[in-house]
Amino acid sequence: MAEVRLTGVTKRFGRDVGIEDVTLTVPDGAFVVLLGPTGAGKTTTLRLISGLETPDAGEIAIGGHVVNDLTPAQRDVAMVFQQYSLYPHMTVRDNLAFPLRSPILKTPKDAIAARVREVAEVLHIAHKLDNKATALSGGEMQRVSIGRALVRQPQLFLMDEPLSSLDAKLRSDLRIELKRIQADLGATLLYVTHDQIEAMTMATHVGVLDRGRLVQFGPPKEIYENPASLYVAGRLGLPRINALPAGLFPGAPAGAKTIGLRPEHIAQGEGQPARVVRVEHLGDQTRLHLTLDGHDVITLTDVHTDLGPGDTVAVAPRNPLYFDARGARIT
Amino acid sequence: MSSYSITEPSPRQKWVAGTLVILYAVITILPLVWIIATGFKSPSDAISYPPKIVFEPTLEGYVNLFTTRTRQTEEYLAANPPQTWADEIVRQYDMVIVGPSRYGERFLNSVIIGFGSTFLAVFLGTMAAYAFSRFRVPLKDDLMFFILSTRMMPPIAVAIPIFLMFRSLGLSDTHLGMILLYTAVNISLAVWLMKSFIDGIPREYEEAALIDGYTRFQAFMKVVLPQAATGIASTAIFCLIFAWNEYAFAVLLTSGTAQTAPPFIPTIIGVGGQDWPAVAAGATLFLIPVMVFTILLRKHLLRGITFGAVRK
Repeated sequence: MAEVRLTGVTKRFGRDVGIEDVTLTVPDGAFVVLLGPTGAGKTTTLRLISGLETPDAGEIAIGGHVVNDLTPAQRDVAMVFQQYSLYPHMTVRDNLAFPLRSPILKTPKDAIAARVREVAEVLHIAHKLDNKATALSGGEMQRVSIGRALVRQPQLFLMDEPLSSLDAKLRSDLRIELKRIQADLGATLLYVTHDQIEAMTMATHVGVLDRGRLVQFGPPKEIYENPASLYVAGRLGLPRINALPAGLFPGAPAGAKTIGLRPEHIAQGEGQPARVVRVEHLGDQTRLHLTLDGHDVITLTDVHTDLGPGDTVAVAPRNPLYFDARGARIT
Repeated sequence: MSSYSITEPSPRQKWVAGTLVILYAVITILPLVWIIATGFKSPSDAISYPPKIVFEPTLEGYVNLFTTRTRQTEEYLAANPPQTWADEIVRQYDMVIVGPSRYGERFLNSVIIGFGSTFLAVFLGTMAAYAFSRFRVPLKDDLMFFILSTRMMPPIAVAIPIFLMFRSLGLSDTHLGMILLYTAVNISLAVWLMKSFIDGIPREYEEAALIDGYTRFQAFMKVVLPQAATGIASTAIFCLIFAWNEYAFAVLLTSGTAQTAPPFIPTIIGVGGQDWPAVAAGATLFLIPVMVFTILLRKHLLRGITFGAVRK
């Protein structure tokens, strides 16, 4: 297992920025989740580390060795792609054995068989080993492609939205499974996702990318509670953070343009009156859609609330976050 | 996912459709059946009018196709009784077999040149298509257009320059010359067809293989080629059909050692009168390799044509 270090890494595609001057150290054994909207550079970062792309500038080191000039095969990384990653002309068994049969590893036959079986058991696909890869369901396919990364025990795992094509049940099962496997192996893992539950539950570190730049890197709790900018604050939290004009409530510091209120950071029963637009009962929580001076606000309330549309409720900020005109945090 | 219909056709619609299909099949197959049947007729049955549907089959056409014969005196014939069933067939015309005909050699030439040029065109075409599909090639679009443009003129339009070129290079009437020529004609088709197939294979397969510890060439061999099998099969059939049936260049550039079957078959008719059964026998045998090749690969061919056509 290994530490990964990017130093000033830049990659452009023609005139488009892939990633711009990214410097990042992933500690050995960390589970790093990269967050950001489409086009932020998450997948590009993984592809650069894997060697499928070469950086225009900067240095990439895995386990202390600079790997810029190494081929993907020489870097000893495993990657799970978002889709298409199974070889359709092979059986599940051959797919799993493929990395072990590579000229770099040249694993003996009986060792391959044992390892394939072991991984198949872990991922609950042992009964499908002799199926053609194309004869599997979506969830099974993705488990096989995760399995193909696991058979090899590489220095580093790279996963590009591995769970995004799965249904909710399977996704939560595999989420737990992946976290367990990572903890057992002590593996370093870089993981791209849009799903913030995945980010919050699995990550030891979260990196937030904005148009190719790494804007904040730290433990998920820190990213959530201490975002560096309004952009970062908007990446985590569901319902999303409420961004309101700072003047709406008293007490804003000088230069503040926006006040950021997480749904749970709104106290009820005091402060400004707001009108209830809609009440959403989700079972374990109840969401309150309010309108305050013409601004939409979403907050949480008592699960068994009596409030209904048209009612008025007084709200006040609690632990608010303030941002300046450029969206940077004011502390 | 298999095919489906929006509404189940009614029995009458099915009946009409079935009749049309059978009718079309009969129209298409009839000439083929006629050629095969003629190969087993005697020369007089072959040209009888009205045409004979029912006839006594004979291998005379095939014997004549594969042998050269001379007429002999009755004394000679009486002194040398026929040795084989083929001898007996030719005896009815007071002839004896003096040796094999050239058909076997010409057929073999067709096989060597047809399959050789098909292999080369598909091999080189696949390599080029892979490069065009996957790498940043300078002037890619212009090069692809240039490759296509080599087929915009009927090849025979440059027959005289090629004839002269072949003569000065010593390629006239050689297997190598004909293989190179047919490869050159077919390669643009091969590159274009294969490029659309390879474009349709997601890069992720190869990228996964690269990360799994394979070199680009190994990834190409182990992952891309099996995926491209359909495209290779249909491209090979198109190339083979052209090279196998090509007549004009074969007449012009070959006469002896490298002559293929198409220019040879018509010459059979001149040997001892109008020997239609022998011509038909030659044509029948000539049909077989492409037919077998196509039937073997037909699953790929059908999928390949639709696949290639739909793909962007």
